[in-house]
Amino acid sequence: MTGSTEIVGQETGKTSLLIRRIVAYVVLVILVFISLLPFYLLFINATRDKAQIGIQWYPGSALIENFRKLFAASTQVAFGNVYKALLNSLIISSCASVLCVYFSALTAYATHVYQFKLRKAADTFILLIMMVPTQASAIGFYRMMISLNLIDSYIPLIIPAIAAPATYYFMKQYMASSLPLEIVEAARIDGCGEFRTFNTIVRPILKPAFAVQIIFTFVGNWNNFFTPRLIINAREKYTVPLVLSAMSHAGPVERDVAIFYLYMVLAILPVIVVYLFLSKFIIRGVALGSVKG
Amino acid sequence: MKRKSVSYAKWGYIFLAPFFIVYCIFALYPLIQTFYNSFMSYVIDRGTIDDIWGSATGAKETTTITWGGLSNYSAVFSKDETLVQSFLNTIIMWVIGFIPQIAVSLLLATWFTDLRLKIKAQGFFKTVIYLPNVIMASAVAFLFTCLLIRDGALYNFFGPLAGDSPAGGYLSILDKVWGTRATVGFINFLLWYGNTTILLMAAIMGIDPGLYEAAQIDGATPSQTFWKITMPLIRPILSFVLVTSMIGGLQMYDVPSLLTLDQGNPQGKAMTIIMEIQQRKDSDVGKACAVCVIIFIISAILGFITMFGMDDSREKKKKRRKV
Repeated sequence: MTGSTEIVGQETGKTSLLIRRIVAYVVLVILVFISLLPFYLLFINATRDKAQIGIQWYPGSALIENFRKLFAASTQVAFGNVYKALLNSLIISSCASVLCVYFSALTAYATHVYQFKLRKAADTFILLIMMVPTQASAIGFYRMMISLNLIDSYIPLIIPAIAAPATYYFMKQYMASSLPLEIVEAARIDGCGEFRTFNTIVRPILKPAFAVQIIFTFVGNWNNFFTPRLIINAREKYTVPLVLSAMSHAGPVERDVAIFYLYMVLAILPVIVVYLFLSKFIIRGVALGSVKG
Repeated sequence: MKRKSVSYAKWGYIFLAPFFIVYCIFALYPLIQTFYNSFMSYVIDRGTIDDIWGSATGAKETTTITWGGLSNYSAVFSKDETLVQSFLNTIIMWVIGFIPQIAVSLLLATWFTDLRLKIKAQGFFKTVIYLPNVIMASAVAFLFTCLLIRDGALYNFFGPLAGDSPAGGYLSILDKVWGTRATVGFINFLLWYGNTTILLMAAIMGIDPGLYEAAQIDGATPSQTFWKITMPLIRPILSFVLVTSMIGGLQMYDVPSLLTLDQGNPQGKAMTIIMEIQQRKDSDVGKACAVCVIIFIISAILGFITMFGMDDSREKKKKRRKV
């Protein structure tokens, strides 16, 4: 890369490289600014009073006051139980992500380790259904939940996570690269049952894949707006995005933007914190998932 | 001689069972139902004006289900003007978001992988540009609503663009068709350009560095290297990004819904087809099902295109290797 190639037209090459570098950094800084500005304004505005309008760059002093107003009874009446919605979202996302990852790994394990007639067919089928968007069966799903009396229940938000083709695919790839079949053989020789092999020997090996996928599915469920919107009507069952939606419907009189900002902070802060700690792994996971072709 | 061995095949089926049982109950059966109902004239009359926040099971609703043939589909494509409009809106807003997204992502991915440019603090930049992707889309949309409406933090910047004046009745850009569409497009850009950058980077880093060195020795300019080496070689990933983004665009819901209070206003020009599904789920079930089926068909076609596109490129590679 260096030395011989840079001797040719060294001077012009160096200035053009410098210009390109400056342009690149300027564009990057602008993009960083654009990406962070909305969230900066969000955090600033969450600390400000309803009366302070227009753009301001410094935090205000009304944070505690806003917290008090957010959890006040009048807010609960207008937008549903904002505090319980956080808890509801947490319960749904935790259950769904754990179930999703565990059963996807189990399914991938089935097609990875065992030889049976329908193995190839099952694998192809799961790959095919990966392309079917949830929305494609939405109305049938909704009608069915009505007839099963599962409207306002969390079952339709949690249980379907068991069948997650994308997570299956990730697990399958991970197993292909880091789960030698000899380990399973050895466990069998030692008299370990199949189910126990999976739970006590295979699962620890898959820990890194579990971690990445739990984060992804947790965030996906935490942020999900479409399915809860379909299923949940009762205010006490609201999840966080539904509360945000109810807030966006507020009329000019009951509109107190400061507490909306504060609630948005509560909605996104957990994800941001987890992301900042694990961004390296998450970004690597995104890049890995992409090059499946 | 083959020794008699224990067959573990039954365990394969046992471990597969939960996935398939759940899939059949919660996805396959509803999908079939959706297909079936899309051929029905399935209308629920709830007597009063729908309150979208009202309860799902009204007291005096009457359901009429009769065979409708393809009438729902013709409604989606021609007769029902709001549905046709919503289809157009979805496509327009997707394009507004996608064009800057792919342009910026290609630029960033090229810079990050450029061996001579040696961008510093790449970890920081990548973390920041990917950050919006993990944040709740509905929260981002609501945030922009709060920033752009009258008295919002960014109102002073964008209000005048919408012709804001005391005489004009204090408009925000969310009162204008182009303003709302541009905002939806911008939010989608913000949420997804980091993701696309990382995918494209992975693709570019898969290219043989020798090619770039050779180009450099031959005196190729950076733009020549980009168009003659990078672009042709990342075409499979580019088509993957394009198609997944199209499928995602078709499902656009959170952002326009929060930004326009579910109404798709102004004048229904920011309504997407998924918003139509949600709005018609308790009234116009037949048509909503037809929209679902159309989403299914388009996604299936797009999905197969990428699969074949990627297989094609892989085969070519194999052939080249053999030669």
